[in-house]
Amino acid sequence: MSREAERPAPTNPIDEFLRKDRIPHIWCSGCGIGVVVSSFADALRKSNLDLNKVAIVSGIGCTGRVAGYVKLDSFHSTHGRPIPFATGLKLANPDLKVVVFSGDGDIFGIGGNHFIHAARRNMDMVVICVNNFNYAMTGGQVAATTPLDANLSTAPFGNFEHPFSLPYLADACGASYVARWTCLHIRRVTQSMQEALSRKGFSLIEVIAPCVTLYARRNRLGDGLNLLKYYYDNSVIQHGADTRTIDISYQSKMVCGKFIDREKPTFLQSMNTHLKKSLGDKYVPYGE
Amino acid sequence: MKKVKADPKGVLTGAHYLDGDFAIAEGALAAGCRFFAGYPITPSTETAERFAERIPFVGGVFIQMEDEIASITALIGAAWGGQKTMTVTSGPGFSLMMENIGLACMMETPLVIANVQRGGPSTGLPTLVGQGDMMQVRWGSHGDYQVIALSPDSPQECFDLTVRAFNLSETYRVPVFIMTDECVGHMHEKVVIPPADQIEVVERKWYQGPVDKYRPYQPDKDGIPFMVKAGDGYKFHTTGLTHDERGYPVINAECQDWCVRRLSNKILDNADKIIDIQEEQTDGADVVVISYGITSRVAYRAVQLARQAGVKVGTLRLVTVWPFPEKRIRELAGKVKAFVVPELNLGQVAKEVERIAAGRVPTVPVTHCGGWVHDPDDILKAIKEAAR
Repeated sequence: MSREAERPAPTNPIDEFLRKDRIPHIWCSGCGIGVVVSSFADALRKSNLDLNKVAIVSGIGCTGRVAGYVKLDSFHSTHGRPIPFATGLKLANPDLKVVVFSGDGDIFGIGGNHFIHAARRNMDMVVICVNNFNYAMTGGQVAATTPLDANLSTAPFGNFEHPFSLPYLADACGASYVARWTCLHIRRVTQSMQEALSRKGFSLIEVIAPCVTLYARRNRLGDGLNLLKYYYDNSVIQHGADTRTIDISYQSKMVCGKFIDREKPTFLQSMNTHLKKSLGDKYVPYGE
Repeated sequence: MKKVKADPKGVLTGAHYLDGDFAIAEGALAAGCRFFAGYPITPSTETAERFAERIPFVGGVFIQMEDEIASITALIGAAWGGQKTMTVTSGPGFSLMMENIGLACMMETPLVIANVQRGGPSTGLPTLVGQGDMMQVRWGSHGDYQVIALSPDSPQECFDLTVRAFNLSETYRVPVFIMTDECVGHMHEKVVIPPADQIEVVERKWYQGPVDKYRPYQPDKDGIPFMVKAGDGYKFHTTGLTHDERGYPVINAECQDWCVRRLSNKILDNADKIIDIQEEQTDGADVVVISYGITSRVAYRAVQLARQAGVKVGTLRLVTVWPFPEKRIRELAGKVKAFVVPELNLGQVAKEVERIAAGRVPTVPVTHCGGWVHDPDDILKAIKEAAR
């Protein structure tokens, strides 16, 4: 018998968290989404969570495809609506740990209204937003996150609309945990995900990732490696930075870190506390 | 289909004086609905208010969402979390729900939506009656699909049909609509809620087999797949994309044909079991008045007057509007001289009757844009002319 045959089949520790029957995935080479999915799978592996009780909800777009590749109870909902879908899922079955994994266009463009209200309610869920600064699935259009002056197919002479700063928005709306990283910060992204998964309340983790095929090509920023080098040179870690000061400009420094980590009651905790106080013994508690 | 007795916790047994909107909330609680997401909109808000007031004593969740898009989407999520869910709305909110009604159909999610219809289009007549959403409920979301729509004509029926709506939605894994209207919604009448052990409730079609054999969209013998809920260890996938039995996206014409035809056929093949119509004196009638909701009560006055004047007139009330009772109307088309269809729109259901009558007998619409109900004399005039 040859030595080749004796060698065990190569395995990756995150394999069991993925639907291998759906690979190859649809993402372009050089895209950052897969790296963020790897971090997520690694965070699940290290989390000690009962994976039967973790559900993932995506919307539409490149990142919207994540739910289809992760081996959990997984829901590929409509454009912009993973947060209300996740809200229903969580409230119907409070034992679940619910994760929303979607893109910047999905969560902050078409779905912005749902984001601000879920954060306001401190709905118990982890929102992972891969921010690639554009609508990629449809061919590279301008987004609510596109930095000023960046060129995209529906901003052919450069973007003149001010973008959202996602951590500032989440902070202002009352989120209990807010972090921003680039997909180059693999271990830090994983660690943030572990932290968010282990706590209650509304968490946002923004992960900046390259869109090589559209955003980068159109703005002549090079390939995946050039962009990771750019992240390496230009991201600055400032935990606890004032979220009012961390806007992202075109090719500027990107302030990363954990900005918000505060304890506050979730929607269900507030509901139960308040109704118990108002109605006494007549109240039938829910989901405790 | 597993039938059980209603959970007494949600059943307010007794005789009550309720409006239609309140009766819908009581019907939902009796049917086992423990999750309601909604957004205020006249003339439907009272259902949400009633649910919000009652649910703390029953055990469950009421959440006022940020809009109707969020409401319907939260319902779909909650249904996959294992709950029976409902929302209530009216025209503008109904329009906002359309995309995700399609998602509910595609994911085969049981849920119930009540539309207390007001005059449209647009903001229209927020406080006044209309029946202009009857085609929207049938066709409003994009693509081909089938839903079930019921139309109550009294607060008592708002209760009864809400229980039935939940049972149908669980049986067929499809959104079921209670297409009521401002008049019935705000009408106060006696509503008798039976004891819990006299209310039959259909349980979800839960999958019982081995975990690794579960296929979310593998149809059972009756065409309806088994369901599981998140958190039970199946690690299943579901999507709004065209999908195969595993729930995995497959983007081609063959899978589209398999997926879309099945969504329609599971309703059409069971139409006889779903359809509920009430007929009176249709045997030997020259004219049959086909109506639904509040209009059937107004039409009844016209029918009484027509009979006094010697016209042989029968009535057919659509308790189920969709799927449409094509078979029975086709049968009647071979026997009567004409159909008269009064409704608070410009002839939405009348056109469906006309399509099925297929030129054999005339269909006379009695149109009204809403804002008030018909004058019975207008319907009477149409009956008399049709009888000639």
